[in-house]
Amino acid sequence: MKKIYPDAAAALDGLLFDGMTICAGGFGLCGIPERLIDAIRDSGVKDLTVVSNNAGIDNEGLGKLLRTRQIRKMISSYVGENKEFERQYLAGELEVEFCPQGTLAERCRAGGAGIPGFYTKTGVGTIVAEGKEHKDFDGETYILERGIRADLSIVKGWRADEAGNLQFRKTTRNFNLPMATSGKLCVAEVEEIVPVGTLDPDCIHLPSIYAKRLILGAPYDKKIEFRTTRQREAA
Amino acid sequence: MPWDRNQMAARAAKELRDGYYVNLGIGIPTLVANNIPAGMEVTLQSENGMLGIGPFPYDDEVDPDLINAGKQTISELPSSSYFDSAASFAMIRGGHIDLTVLGAMEVSEGGDIANWMIPGKMVKGMGGAMDLVAGVKKIIVVMEHVSKNGDPKFIPQCTLPLTGKNVVDMIVTDLCVFQRPDHDSPFRLVELAPEVTEEEVAAKTTARYEGLATPVRV
Repeated sequence: MKKIYPDAAAALDGLLFDGMTICAGGFGLCGIPERLIDAIRDSGVKDLTVVSNNAGIDNEGLGKLLRTRQIRKMISSYVGENKEFERQYLAGELEVEFCPQGTLAERCRAGGAGIPGFYTKTGVGTIVAEGKEHKDFDGETYILERGIRADLSIVKGWRADEAGNLQFRKTTRNFNLPMATSGKLCVAEVEEIVPVGTLDPDCIHLPSIYAKRLILGAPYDKKIEFRTTRQREAA
Repeated sequence: MPWDRNQMAARAAKELRDGYYVNLGIGIPTLVANNIPAGMEVTLQSENGMLGIGPFPYDDEVDPDLINAGKQTISELPSSSYFDSAASFAMIRGGHIDLTVLGAMEVSEGGDIANWMIPGKMVKGMGGAMDLVAGVKKIIVVMEHVSKNGDPKFIPQCTLPLTGKNVVDMIVTDLCVFQRPDHDSPFRLVELAPEVTEEEVAAKTTARYEGLATPVRV
């Protein structure tokens, strides 16, 4: 089965429909599937529920889909640094489910692993716990959180082989890994595609069973939200 | 004279111990990293998937693929490791992190913390804060003693939506330090900043706390 597609639009062909749920990898602008986000914007698909830790910033990442009003609901943990998001949310135009970051990662991991729910201490005693089942284990109270299954996962990898084994670079692994497992089908964009046999099987982060469609997204112009540096001391 | 931001961070850093794995929040807590005692081995965790955070990079070493949870560019150390978000929060929720230092908008006398939203105004989200206060062994809050309007922030009951209930172990403000030995005990005033009096702390605090017979002045 050939997994490599010529571009993002081709890789998403037949997968998009109005009202669908999409899991998107990345943390801030680090490791976001930007080619696939652009192709989703260009497709015009709407009423999306998007599961993503963040919502991009204005005009970058998922911020592009907010601007075009293609997103109906976000499930996220942190959405700062995005004025358009804040405006749509406060105006009641955008539905938001705030989910603690660890709970969000675990909901995707669990959903992808066929686990429909799990108990956690995170959020007990807060509005996150409202309406959820509470249960005591060994004298401590936990709440039930649901696994997430999406119609589609979109992720960004560093290197892939032709079989669809993926490696991530540095802190880009973040949500890409759990998100890749939680969709019925995962489309991945990467910076480099190498022949099978090139990657050490001991160093595969995401085994080939997950990414069913693959595109080469390079060259990338990676964005930095907060460039922070130090000075070299004078010799 | 009240402590400045760096002095507050330095005071929180006194709680570090050799071998600790630590997660630092955004803002003043980040400054704790500059105050790790020499010779002490402390490993910093970044919840976006890294153990062993290095210093900010030199200008020619900046890498967009290497950021901390505050989305700032950072560097790696020879001992660093990378992992995904689910693995990262398994460390946090599994009780493997020894200490976290967080900012707060309000802390209650019962150890509740509110630091993630102001209804109708600020809607940034809780990020990893709810997981940290639920899973980390020791929770230190570093915050200004009063708000910009001069209102006390250590209060009987939080008025803002909670991040966690009965989770805070220690509070470092610009005026003083409150601490409690366990989550069933009240907070006790244990230190005052230079030239700050118990009366000033009392006047700017509505939470109940125990005064120390002879608060340590540092």
